[in-house]
Amino acid sequence: MSEERSEEHAAPPPGAAPDTAPGPGPGTAPDGRVVLEAEEVSKHFPVRRGVHALLGGERRAVHAVDDVSLRLRRGSVTALVGESGSGKSTVARLLAQLHPATAGEIRLDGRPVRAGRGRAFRAYCRHVQLIFQDPFASLNPVHTVRYHLTRALRIHGRAGSGAAELEKALAALLERVQLTPASRYLDAFPHELSGGQRQRVAIARAMAAGPRVLLADEPVSMLDVSIRLGVLNLLRDLKERLDLAILYITHDIASARYFADETLVMYAGRMVEGGDSETVTQHPAHPYTRLLLASAPDPDRVTGGSGDGAAGGDGGNGGKGADPSASEPPSLISPPAGCRFHPRCPLAMERCRDRTPPRFELDGGQWAACWLYDTSQDAPAAGAGRGAAS
Amino acid sequence: MSTSATSPLSVPPRAATRPPVLEIGGLCVDYGVGDGAVRALHDVDLTLRRGEVLGLAGESGSGKSTLAYAVTRLLSPPGVITGGDVRYHPRAGDPVDVLAMTPRELRAFRWQEVSIVFQGAMNSLNPVHTVRTQLTDVLRAHRPQMSRAERAGRARELLSLVGISPDRLGAYPHQLSGGMRQRVMIAMALALEPEVVVMDEPTTALDVVMQRQILRQLVRLREELDFSVVFITHDISLLIEFSDRIAIMYGGRVVEQAGAAEIYRDPRHPYSHGLLHSFPALHGPRRELTGIPGSPPDLRAMPSGCAFHPRCPKAFEPCGVRTPHLAPVTDPGTGADTDTDTGRSVACWLNDDRRDGEA
Repeated sequence: MSEERSEEHAAPPPGAAPDTAPGPGPGTAPDGRVVLEAEEVSKHFPVRRGVHALLGGERRAVHAVDDVSLRLRRGSVTALVGESGSGKSTVARLLAQLHPATAGEIRLDGRPVRAGRGRAFRAYCRHVQLIFQDPFASLNPVHTVRYHLTRALRIHGRAGSGAAELEKALAALLERVQLTPASRYLDAFPHELSGGQRQRVAIARAMAAGPRVLLADEPVSMLDVSIRLGVLNLLRDLKERLDLAILYITHDIASARYFADETLVMYAGRMVEGGDSETVTQHPAHPYTRLLLASAPDPDRVTGGSGDGAAGGDGGNGGKGADPSASEPPSLISPPAGCRFHPRCPLAMERCRDRTPPRFELDGGQWAACWLYDTSQDAPAAGAGRGAAS
Repeated sequence: MSTSATSPLSVPPRAATRPPVLEIGGLCVDYGVGDGAVRALHDVDLTLRRGEVLGLAGESGSGKSTLAYAVTRLLSPPGVITGGDVRYHPRAGDPVDVLAMTPRELRAFRWQEVSIVFQGAMNSLNPVHTVRTQLTDVLRAHRPQMSRAERAGRARELLSLVGISPDRLGAYPHQLSGGMRQRVMIAMALALEPEVVVMDEPTTALDVVMQRQILRQLVRLREELDFSVVFITHDISLLIEFSDRIAIMYGGRVVEQAGAAEIYRDPRHPYSHGLLHSFPALHGPRRELTGIPGSPPDLRAMPSGCAFHPRCPKAFEPCGVRTPHLAPVTDPGTGADTDTDTGRSVACWLNDDRRDGEA
């Protein structure tokens, strides 16, 4: 299904990665619908060396993302949920090839990519586009909508030949993001548009490349509440009509439930749980996902029956020692050994402190990286192997 | 008063019976003067009762922050209060008019009686001073009779009040996490034990886990110290959980005012309804949500009549012509008595029972 475009594929830059044979694919029959996938990708940012390091200290790094694997399928929305600092945006940037990965592999249509800069990067951008959080910052204030879109169309060779074709392409783009009539918006400057309209322009600019993958990094969190859903519904509509694969990064787990088919939860640079959105939000397996869900504002908690008393009691009790929310996410420079959530986890066991839990498969495609779900009590290694192989 | 300091936040013991602490009547605020003036607040009437949490919800540009600044007289120059009054009722003594205060009175009033936690409080701390300096600064200004040791002791007490270990007093803001900085700001607002704390989007920049932690702390502090809170946010689902009463603002007006549960169960204004249906639910059936079509109004070119009518699915003939004013709701379920008590009111022509004489 993607063969027709393979000639413009992001080939690795010559000499950069000589052996690009997709070697270790342990029994994973290539799913035709997977467009972009990341396998055990890590990203460490070096910490600037201070006086201590110069005097012989070890080199330190921020472990922003560790061993993250995910797959984006055509016509499907995958949500990546986590608190700030959990590494979700870094994942998007890795997938967009804005940062080189420290370890692991990113594959487009099953082929490893390591687009550096220049031609290879541009070819990659044609397939994978990124939408940023803040439409107030991502559009240049001194240029009109027409300039932003024309530039994107030209760069990706989709402007057609001649002014008439360009005009047609521009109108089609704006119509696709429901900014009609196009003439009203084409010559507007960003400051003349509302937040929602600006984000639509940013989406139109991403669509100008004709991508197959959209990486949306908190696309609605800067927008007014009443227009967020409009933008999400637009993205959903684009996904359905154009068979896009969308990565939806958010800290709002309720919107992930609403918008995404699949939800992945990240904590402190690692994926802790994943599965069908409905399952993850209704039957969370990982203690962190449960904490996240319990923290989300939920009017039903108060108004539903005796919720009043419960919520009040919650607030009133002074025993904050047992409250997992009372502590904070760990430093990513020296992350805790074992499961990174164990210092806050109410269910932490002995081995959580020193061994990193692998993925354990649960029912219905759900998985959790938590020792609670290790079924083979005495031989955890076997469980680990099973988790990793899938 | 007997505000029963031990009762949980979400169950107001007959909120209506409490005396008011802050009364806002017909408040109007313009930005700029003359022909170029933009009206940011139109005839806002609000009452904050002692010991309650009043939620103020609305989109950006709806005037919620302007209201907070007007009430504390902190509006900076292009903003002018052009009408109305703000009455503060001290625990003992006669009500005072905040808008008529002299600079000297104002200086004593602010922070002592009404304090404010600013929007983006995370960045409101001075980066070149330690937490200790910033916390004791308030005390130095307002309580000159306190000794240095007493001030340090109070600062330590304040930090532990908000759940930060007092040994962080010597820390600079950049050494604290976002949540801790936020709590330092709250501690600062509580330093003089004010009667009213205005919180302008205090948790918007934080993630949900930290947000809940801070709100829980706030609930506990409110029970212990018995102050009233004006809580401003755009997140109405948060307000429903945490406030006693909610006022919803749109285009510089309060369009609906009711108890938190009442608004959630039965929003009367189409905008409130739309706002409530803009948040995907965590539980229950997954339904298609639409948000509200269109964009928030431009203050420079406000629609005639009801500011919401261009986006309103239920707009009918008077909406585009005449501006509806807040009027009590007649609710068959609870009876008229309760309505006037909780001050449930809505500014919408659909609630037409008592519209005569309002326009």
